[in-house]
Amino acid sequence: MSDPGRWRVRDPYPPPGGRARALAIVLVLAVAGGLGYALFALPLQAEGLSGAVAGRIAQSGVSHPVTAVLLNFRGYDTWLELAVLVLALVGAWSLGLPPLGPEPAPGPVLDRLTRLILPLMILVAGYLLWVGAQAPGGAFQAGAVLGAAGVLLLLDGWRLPRGLAGWPLRLLLVLGVAVFAAVGVAAIALGGVLLQYPPGAAGGLILLIEAAATLAIGVTLAALFHGSRPEDDP
Amino acid sequence: MTLLDWAIDGLIVLALLWVAGRALSSTDLFRAVVLFIGFGLVLALAWVRLDAPDIALAEAAIGAGLTGALLLVALARLERADREGPTPPPGEEEARREDSSANECK
Amino acid sequence: MTAALWYALAGVGLFALGLYAMAVHRHLLRKILAFNVMGAGAFLVLAGLARRAPEGSADPVPHALVITGIVVTVAATALALVLMLRVREATGAAALPEDRPD
Repeated sequence: MSDPGRWRVRDPYPPPGGRARALAIVLVLAVAGGLGYALFALPLQAEGLSGAVAGRIAQSGVSHPVTAVLLNFRGYDTWLELAVLVLALVGAWSLGLPPLGPEPAPGPVLDRLTRLILPLMILVAGYLLWVGAQAPGGAFQAGAVLGAAGVLLLLDGWRLPRGLAGWPLRLLLVLGVAVFAAVGVAAIALGGVLLQYPPGAAGGLILLIEAAATLAIGVTLAALFHGSRPEDDP
Repeated sequence: MTLLDWAIDGLIVLALLWVAGRALSSTDLFRAVVLFIGFGLVLALAWVRLDAPDIALAEAAIGAGLTGALLLVALARLERADREGPTPPPGEEEARREDSSANECK
Repeated sequence: MTAALWYALAGVGLFALGLYAMAVHRHLLRKILAFNVMGAGAFLVLAGLARRAPEGSADPVPHALVITGIVVTVAATALALVLMLRVREATGAAALPEDRPD
């Protein structure tokens, strides 16, 4: 990668012949036509669920409707989504890619930029996590910023120290799913159904879940970028 | 809907379709990936126009940024594989070692 | 034709573009790009339809679904890229066996 001119991977396969391509175009146009017709058949104004959410948002513990839907009304979906992230990482690790290998020494611009920006990114992630209760933000946006910080670190040549590559890393990866599960099951113990937050504590519980999810998402995204298991690093 | 609203929405949609079309039809994979990152950023603008700032944040960070990084790393590994030519899968050595250690555990 | 319908139609267009590219191209990386574009089209339809709510109160439930979808898409893309690299390593070409000209 030191010679940017050589970094050109081309697709060597020729496109399909005329008849196959015409058939594909006809079928795709048919699908698009059907979908477009279905769209035109929908009413132009439709309240959807915004009224229902607005009516219940006082009980949800947060004041931003999207966060309320993500973490309270449809919390089950978010829980499973965190599990999907972990599953994708397990799949990627089990395929056993060779590690990225020793980086050529990072240039001075990348190095300085990383050292300068990393604390700011952590700060921005913390802010996004906190403000998600009142304004656009929340666990996924904050986790994405943390993941990007992890990617910058990996590009700068940093690798996880051996001592942390075992169970501490695994703990961080499952933290989102685990905290969500703990809160959900504790709700059963307190006399409700799964994930039924006690009304007064909903805001605090949501913040707790989001904090754990932010860490988990950040670490998972950076680990997906790394691609191979940290134990395999030279 | 004012003319300005229509102009902005029209431009964004046309840009989305055009950039996606160019990204998907390019045989140079590096160019395809870079155009895809650009597509993700225009898509973030579309989310803002649709009154969805949460989606815009998530799209810009995850959809454009992280997916772009993943694609570029995969492209670099492909280029490395092309450069080095066919090699035996590196998992073979590990598999042999794991097999013998598993037999020892029994 | 409201803005909501306009963006939803754009989503259908993107979905169609991605579907065509997924069917026609053989290189796995191009299929992965096409699958991402299809996902973006589906999200545009969801968010476009969500904006049909009366002014100032976009429906938040489709927005939550789209955010979930974006995260799931990046996880699936990461796994798909690793699979592609393994296929390349195991068979020497980044395409499915039935798609290779030989």
